[in-house]
Order: sequence, then structure tokens, then C-alpha cells
Amino acid sequence: MLEVDGWTAIVDFWGVKKQVLLNIVDEPVAPGDYILNHVGFAIRRIPPEAVAETLALYEELLKDGVDDLMASDVRGEVEGTS
Amino acid sequence: MNSELRFRDPKLARELAATLKRLVGEIGRPVAVMHVCGSHEQAIAKFGLRSLFPKGLEVIMGPGCPVCVTDTPEVDEGVLLARQGVRIATFGDMLKVPGTVQSLADAQASGGKLEIVYSPKQAVDIARKTSDEVVFFATGFETTAVATAAVILDDPPKNFSILSAHKYIPPVMEIVAEMPESRIEGFLAAGHAATITGWAVFEPFVERHGVPVVVAGFEPIDILAGLVELVQLIRDRKPAVKNMFPRCVTREGNLAAQQQLWRVFRPLGGRWRGIAHVPNGNLRLRDEFAHVDARKRFTIDLPSLWDYAPPQLARQCICGDIMAGIRNPRDCTLFNKECVPENPIGACMVSNEGTCKIWHLYGGVPDLAEVNG
Repeated sequence: MLEVDGWTAIVDFWGVKKQVLLNIVDEPVAPGDYILNHVGFAIRRIPPEAVAETLALYEELLKDGVDDLMASDVRGEVEGTS
Repeated sequence: MNSELRFRDPKLARELAATLKRLVGEIGRPVAVMHVCGSHEQAIAKFGLRSLFPKGLEVIMGPGCPVCVTDTPEVDEGVLLARQGVRIATFGDMLKVPGTVQSLADAQASGGKLEIVYSPKQAVDIARKTSDEVVFFATGFETTAVATAAVILDDPPKNFSILSAHKYIPPVMEIVAEMPESRIEGFLAAGHAATITGWAVFEPFVERHGVPVVVAGFEPIDILAGLVELVQLIRDRKPAVKNMFPRCVTREGNLAAQQQLWRVFRPLGGRWRGIAHVPNGNLRLRDEFAHVDARKRFTIDLPSLWDYAPPQLARQCICGDIMAGIRNPRDCTLFNKECVPENPIGACMVSNEGTCKIWHLYGGVPDLAEVNG
């Protein structure tokens, strides 16, 4: 998010600047925030810490349901084929 | 690595794929799951994820393409309005969707005024600059319907109205789960829609049908992680809702958006093309918004089109079975022969979110596991 002016904002989409409307976003946004866009409307302010949380959740999946030995076995297998 | 790029990290992808393979192996029989989102299918095809799925796992695209499930009479309504001289604004995907006699593109070729927009806001902007009646032919699921609701509540000009073909996803999942031929053991729900509705919206569904639902995002890693979680729930026979897209989806969802959505729209039963009559599956404008409802503002004489029989080829189209997960595009005699994006017979070949169009673009479903033995 680059600029906020009332109900509209200018957002940088990987280098492309576009206008986005803020009528339905879930919480107030400010320059520097990340948002989820859908058809020109911001529908979610993405809290910065949420990205790290999601990644941690995925890492957790690799361990889930097996003991550490087996997980490392899977990892080893993957390493071996890469 | 930049945290955005981590969602496309090949190493993490391979690890998740290996975990997926192990889990499917533990189940020890073929497993079929369904996603209900065109954006999921696009990501799966674009990033070649099917080549990472283990042999025993079938990932089927369900009725997740809003353009594809827009029913023939709804297209007819748009065509008839265009023939009356009304300026129709709609998403580009809608142009070639076959109606009973004409598509919107045909109506345009015979003099109809048509504008392609990517946001309902653009349709309003067009209306502000003309004295013509402008109708936004609104398609899309709840995520897009929220945007339509927002422009309606934002005091649009008097010459602006809506032809709503908006659809609501949760009821159609019920239909698919209840189909007698259904082999679906779990659903991958779309992150965008759940951002609005919240993940709790799926709890009654899970309770009724005893199948797990996992909410997933749209990056390759999001999808693989969602599938790992889903297959794990299937293995453990744990029907539950799991949210694997917590950076965007909460339990309650976006309350401000929901409030605008349900203030403007009410759910109503109606046909989804090729699927069935879906109770509460359509979103129609509430009476309070009759002044922006194109169905109330104009006379749309639908029966005038119904003397025409649909073209012979259209009867062979199996879009409905494909969206229900019973068959896939390779089972269709028309796929990539008579039916191609330039001349689509069925709606699934029209939209960029349609299974047939996606498989056509990316060369069908590359089963690299088979190729590699």
C-alpha cells in the first residue's frame, strides 16, 4: 500500500501501481500495509506477522503425525532426489 | 529468502509432496478430494502441481468457476437487455458463454453495446460518463458479490443497475456431497471466499456430511500444505474444518463485508449450469434495492428465446459432470476437437477459470509420474 486517500488507495502489485477501494476492508489500512485484493477492492489487511505464522504452520506439517526420525527420513529422501 | 517467495519455494514444495505421498500410502487406497475454486485449478496447472501429486490422490475441480455455472437463461437475460439498447458492462470471461441463441459476443456483433470491466467500480464509472442505461451483468461468488454490494451502497448514478448472476458457494458443496456418484472424501475450500465468510461457515457442512474441509490459499505451497492437512484428516477419519490460510482467513471472516453483502443480497434457489437446482445458491437483490435491479427496471422477455432448441453439439457437452467431479475433460468427445477456446461449445471452455480451458491451455493434465514410470 503506497498512499491512502479516504476510500481509495494506491497499491503496488509487484511493480504495477493500481487504485484499490477500501469500502469493504476488514480493518483500517496505512501505507506500508499488505492487502488481499479482489476485483479492485481490498478485502483483507494482511498482518505482517501472519506471513511468518503461516510458514511456521507449514513447517509443522512436515513433522506432524510421524516421529522425528521418520520426518528426517522424508527430508533425507527429498534431499536425495533434488 | 523473501517471505513472499517462500510460498513458491521448490524445496518446501518437494518436502510437502513427499509428505503427501507418505500419507496417501498410509491410507492404502485411492483418495479423491475436490477443490471449488478456479484460482486453485489455475495455480495447480500453472505450477505443474499435478505432477507432484501421488498416484493414489485425485484432485478434482468442482463447480468453482462462476462464469461456467452461470445458467443459460441468465446469459439470455443479458443478451435481451443488450438487444434493447442497454449498455452491458461485464467481466471479459462472460462474452463467449453460450446462451440459448446468442452469447453476449454475438449480441455485440449484431450491434449491442458491451463494455468489459474488471471491477464493478469500473461499471459505475462508465455509467457516470454516459446517458445510456448501464447494466452491470454481475457474476462471481460471494467474494465478488461483496464488491457489487459496495458499489450499490455507494450511491451509484440513476442510469446504473445490476443483473445479478452472483452465486453462493456453501450450498453447492452440499449438492456435490449428496450426489450418489460422489467419491469425494474431502474439500479444499477457497481462501478468497473464506476471507469474507470466515471458516466457521463450513462447520454445519462438516457436521452433516462427515467429510473434512480445509481452507487453502492460492500459492503453490498454500495448495500443497492444504492437501497435506486434508489427506491427514481423511487418514485419521477426523471430519473437521481446518484453516490453512490464516494470514487471510479468520473464524468469523470479514464482518464489515458480510454486513454489506447480506444487506444488499438475499440467497435464492436457482439452477447452476450443468449442476442442478441449488437451494439458496443464487444471490439476488433484496426488494429494498429494486431501483438498481435490472430485472425490475426492464422487461426481459425470456420465453421469446425458448422456441429455439440448443445446438446439437451442446447436448454432448459434459461440463456438468466435470464440475461435479464425476468425469474429466478427457472423457469428453468434444474436448480439443469441436470445443476449443476460440469456439467453445460449453462454458468450461470459455472462462479462464473453467477446467476445460485450463487443461487446454496447459496441455491437459500432465501426469509426469506416469511418464517417468
